[in-house]
Amino acid sequence: MKFLCIECDRQMTFEERELPGDGTLAVSFSCPACGRRVGMLTNPFETQLVSSLGVVIGGRTVPEQPLEMVRSTVATGKESAFGESKGPETGGGAVAWSADALERLAKVPNFVRGMVKRIYAEYARDHGISEITPALMDTARTELGLEGM
Amino acid sequence: MPLNIRTYHDLTEPDASGLLQQVIAQRGRVATRLAEVGRVVAVMSGKGGVGKSFVTAHLARACARSGRAVGVLDADLNGPTAARLLEAPRVPLTVRDDAVLPAVAADGVRLISMAQLLEDGRPLAFRGPEAESFIWRGAQEVAALREFLSDIAWGPLDLLFVDLPPGLGRFAELATLLPTPPAVLTVTIPTPESGDAVRRALRAAIERGAPALGIVENMVGNQFPGDAADSLAAEFDLPVLARIPFHPQDAVWSALAARL
Repeated sequence: MKFLCIECDRQMTFEERELPGDGTLAVSFSCPACGRRVGMLTNPFETQLVSSLGVVIGGRTVPEQPLEMVRSTVATGKESAFGESKGPETGGGAVAWSADALERLAKVPNFVRGMVKRIYAEYARDHGISEITPALMDTARTELGLEGM
Repeated sequence: MPLNIRTYHDLTEPDASGLLQQVIAQRGRVATRLAEVGRVVAVMSGKGGVGKSFVTAHLARACARSGRAVGVLDADLNGPTAARLLEAPRVPLTVRDDAVLPAVAADGVRLISMAQLLEDGRPLAFRGPEAESFIWRGAQEVAALREFLSDIAWGPLDLLFVDLPPGLGRFAELATLLPTPPAVLTVTIPTPESGDAVRRALRAAIERGAPALGIVENMVGNQFPGDAADSLAAEFDLPVLARIPFHPQDAVWSALAARL
């Protein structure tokens, strides 16, 4: 899917994506010539279909996690299905978690919790942030399209 | 008034999404992960209830006992049985960096099965809009199969058996995800009804370029009369690799393993 600014005959460029709710995926594009902006909104079925392909509109900003699709989409997953290895975290220095962030993380089902923790840590490292807070989790969740995490 | 607009492929400016590149990268991860696998063998039938999973599990164990490194990928996502058949330990799967370690089951067979991930007695269900779920569920299952191929740290294997569900669809998906079509081991029971269903599946696999290894006739005995294996073997010029009776002894599996 691409967007064309008809007046300028220029391919529009990706700006940002959000999950405003109701299963909607919102993506904005702009014309590099005239600056005109458009928003693409998908219905829940279209959002799910894009998600099912394992691709991210706007490109990936954090590495794909092992069994990411399975862990983030299976609704009947076993709480004890996964055990995270105790090895050192990858991708740079350690990231701290605030007490509030840990409390929120604890509410995530265990089936997906380890993966969510790694994704937030990767996001924080990628942005040079030393402590993960609930506010950062909100920002990352929206920016990365982590609906339900 | 016509738009006189360019086509999708005419728009060649850099695209931040790079969706095609993301898909290519997904396939690349599958190829990289399977680079250490000597041979991928899809165990297929086209017919339900002929014992594909039973054959897969016992054949895999026999190959492992003969000294080969063997993995089993249970591609029957909705009716997974390989974990039970292979007596997989009921322990959490270990996540390590970029991969999940397979379970080590009976005779050292490495295993991944949806049964290891699902709550006991619950069906495979995905988060998403329930109405019209047929639109996206198939894509979701393909994604799960892709991740089983790319994200499981199989390590060096001589053989990776892929236990397919009945029907043709999952084989086509598997063949699309792999760098080259897998070899196929075809399982039938002796009845002509089974032969009809297996014929279609086998032909579909061969038409996709999959090398056919041969026919395994399962549940041989008086209960299911017929000559499906011999008919299919003659029609496709393939060997009948084994005839498996009810309650087979280990020697049957060892003989079959020696032919792969």
